[in-house]
Amino acid sequence: MELTKLTACKVADKIRKKEFSVPELTQAYLDRIGELNEKIGAYITVCKQDAGKQADNIQKKIDNNGELPLLAGIPAGISDNICTSGVLTSCGSRMLSNFVPPYDATAVKKLSQNGAVMLGKLNMDEFAMGSSNETSWYGQVKNPLDYGRVPGGSSGGAAAAVASQMACFALGSDTGGSVRLASSFCGVVGLKPTYGAVSRYGLVAFASSMDQIAPVTRDVADCAAVMNSIAGHDPLDSTSRDYGHEDYTLSLKSDVKGLKIGLPKEYFSGGIQKEVKEKVLDAAKVFESLGAEIEEISLPLLEYALPAYYIISSAEASSNLAQYDGIKYGYRTRQFEDLVDLYKKTRGEGFGEEVKRRILVGTYVLGAGNYDACYNKALKVKRMIFEEYQNAYQKVEVILVPTAPSTAFKIGEKTADLLDMYLNDVYTVPVNLAGLCAISVPCGFDSSGLPVGMQLIGKPYDEGTILRAAFTYEKYTGGNGGIDCGI
Amino acid sequence: MKSIPGEMEESTVEYEVVVGLEIHAELATKSKIYCGCTTEFGGEPNTHCCPGCIGMPGTLPVLNKAVVDYAIKAGLATNCEISSFSRQDRKHYFYPDLAKAYQISQCDYPLCRNGYLDIEVDGEKKRIGITRIHIEEDAGKLIHDESGNGTYVDYNRSGVPLIEIVTEPDMRSSAEVKAFFEKLKAILEYTAVSDCKMQEGSLRADINLSVRPKGQKEFGVRTEMKNLNSIRAIVRAVEFEAKRQILELEYGGVIERETRRWDDVKGESYSMRTKEDATDYRYMPDPDLYPIYVDQAWIEQIRATIPELPDDRKKRFISEFGIPEYDASIITASKTLADFFEAAAKDSKNAKAISNWVMGDLMKKLNDTGLEPSDIPFTPGNLTKLVSLIDENVISGKIAKQVFDIMWDTGEDPADIVEKKGLKVVTDTEAIRSVIIKVITANPKSVEDYKSGKTKAMGFLIGQVMRETKGKADPQAVNRLLKEELDKI
Repeated sequence: MELTKLTACKVADKIRKKEFSVPELTQAYLDRIGELNEKIGAYITVCKQDAGKQADNIQKKIDNNGELPLLAGIPAGISDNICTSGVLTSCGSRMLSNFVPPYDATAVKKLSQNGAVMLGKLNMDEFAMGSSNETSWYGQVKNPLDYGRVPGGSSGGAAAAVASQMACFALGSDTGGSVRLASSFCGVVGLKPTYGAVSRYGLVAFASSMDQIAPVTRDVADCAAVMNSIAGHDPLDSTSRDYGHEDYTLSLKSDVKGLKIGLPKEYFSGGIQKEVKEKVLDAAKVFESLGAEIEEISLPLLEYALPAYYIISSAEASSNLAQYDGIKYGYRTRQFEDLVDLYKKTRGEGFGEEVKRRILVGTYVLGAGNYDACYNKALKVKRMIFEEYQNAYQKVEVILVPTAPSTAFKIGEKTADLLDMYLNDVYTVPVNLAGLCAISVPCGFDSSGLPVGMQLIGKPYDEGTILRAAFTYEKYTGGNGGIDCGI
Repeated sequence: MKSIPGEMEESTVEYEVVVGLEIHAELATKSKIYCGCTTEFGGEPNTHCCPGCIGMPGTLPVLNKAVVDYAIKAGLATNCEISSFSRQDRKHYFYPDLAKAYQISQCDYPLCRNGYLDIEVDGEKKRIGITRIHIEEDAGKLIHDESGNGTYVDYNRSGVPLIEIVTEPDMRSSAEVKAFFEKLKAILEYTAVSDCKMQEGSLRADINLSVRPKGQKEFGVRTEMKNLNSIRAIVRAVEFEAKRQILELEYGGVIERETRRWDDVKGESYSMRTKEDATDYRYMPDPDLYPIYVDQAWIEQIRATIPELPDDRKKRFISEFGIPEYDASIITASKTLADFFEAAAKDSKNAKAISNWVMGDLMKKLNDTGLEPSDIPFTPGNLTKLVSLIDENVISGKIAKQVFDIMWDTGEDPADIVEKKGLKVVTDTEAIRSVIIKVITANPKSVEDYKSGKTKAMGFLIGQVMRETKGKADPQAVNRLLKEELDKI
């Protein structure tokens, strides 16, 4: 039995039945990382010793027939922008290439309380800014299905690790589609929780009003299990909500009878890859055949979403990243004349090109003369997009769209044309702007054998419904949670 | 500023000075504004800190509700409207003491607005408008290595809650500025919103000042002076800056919109930066914090906790203790002083005398030593006793001053001091008479003067008797007996 092929839910069951031990499982993953990480580059840090210790502790509990937490013994990877006490948290940036936080993010703490074993920290676009994982200081992450292609981003390390069985599941972050885009490119499941559903404490901020920690898993059932463990109000995050989150595993029912699914026509036109459109429309037919009611709807504000997203996210990024000044922690330039020189050199050398670009844009749109014309206007668009979705949800319960306009593209293919690069996020950013929840699930392959992802978008705090729809689809089609990367 | 000749010719234009204040008061909450760290003053550098205080990535602010309570209290006590909706914004600038490189403050939607305080200068009452009061966080501080090897940052103060109180440009003289500032300070003390310890930086003021020819409607160009931390400095800075601006205009110069630093040692201000290099703070609503909604019930709950304020207390002191209005306003300007007075006066038959002692010797001691009323080394009860010792003729007024000095130094009970030092008034007629005879014998010239009608000589002889008795003789008895003895001659 290849242990690393099993989903988290199956592993949990087998561990309890003592079919294999947690140290055995953990070692299998560490071996796999040892074998593949050099080629794929998914991990920045591998926590061999700590993972081993954690595994031993959980096994002791199992041997003593103790009460086992939800994710007992499941090996997971954590994106490198999520703080882990005592372990490098670099955000894929030279700026934090020596930053070891003295605290755990709340989500990490919850995972650890739930018995998950942390294998290490995952590569990502620098400060989560990017769609292809080409901006990391620690190098490009490669798509496990085709090393010449990008894994999507910014949580490319998370998706690549899960797809290549270097982690049973992973936590990434989703500000504009990062987890969903990467999951779609790598053929795994990624869920962007409703803004406020998962605590942001310990998630290094990129765009605070949209950032959410997000699970990447092999299948929908795992996604529900991970959400169960990380969701809920946190007194350390004022924007996390006490919404009495349900047991998401209760949503794992194969039933979409009468479920009203909307297909917004704007999301199926323009620069979309033909095969992507076809696969998602095929999925709509599957839902219909299973008893769901498919309705064409219109969300015309889509064309304003991307500019609004880039203005708001860059503005917040310019503010959030101002604290990296070489004074308190992180990278500091070696030689400097005075304070201003220290700032200039530290930030000039510590940040990569894309991050600097966004800081500049953000600084510009927040400037006294531009605030109203840019930032304030973008906030209004954000509000309007939220309202447009609210109206749509008067008619339908779930909205089905492609996750990305294309499948995974070649490394370097879009670095020359930024607009082309940014367009990858066109279908994912409205969800972040409106604070909704959405899940990306694989829905087939294109002619090159690359996975296509579809996105089921739900109302705020209605993760249950999109999980149910996704689960039903996956069950019917067999999913590709067990895709063989041919590795 | 171009050089100005030493002497200024008599100006034909009469100028009016226009002042507005921005006052920062540190709130007396136990913990910081966005985390649970202590607000206690001092401490080893970086010991009152958590990852949030030093701006570590991933940390988030969570608003301390007590900060809003205190700010609402300050707003109500200064006649402000409390906003039902207010917002917290980020104000960006780079400086090592500002851990996150932005300060969380309030820009467009402050918690309190449209308030006022009434002041009185030379018998004239005046209303000074308060534009707004908002909450914000303090920054850390830089410590420069004395050997010049480097600069260190102490983030203990980072995140200590402040309110900023912004006034209208309603003040027209340093006296008005002083009156307003003292009144505001008293109110913040009375409501316990701030401990107002200016020497610890708990209360500091920025001065916005311009001048204009009297009668002109438009304001002149204003300058801003930052971080004045004593009333004396505020008054001097206003006077200096007004004079500087008038001189500048008189000599055909122009006032530049600029920020100036007051040097209290030199007694002058100098330019820090002009408007051209003013920072664009790039204010934006803080996405980590939701707006603050305050309903009427919350406001009423805070209103119920506001104690008697200085104006009401002053009125009550006048009617209850029969002290003059002037005394009452001075004493009630400081809550601790007023508390001290009230505790001493309520058990005394002579509240007026208590007030005289407080206004006179006690205030003088405080001024001379630079101590605060909270540092008074003896109890109010001791002052009550001192006054009754005088009133019961156990000691003379003159001796009382000695006793007071000893009380100040040792904190001892005045009755014990009198006993120990043998300071009781000598009422024994025969003892006094024998001293008088001694004095008369020793001063024949004065006796002669007295006899020839020079009444001044009487005073001299009384003085000699008091000196001989070390001031302890009952003055009335001395007067009577000396007359008797002189008449015998």
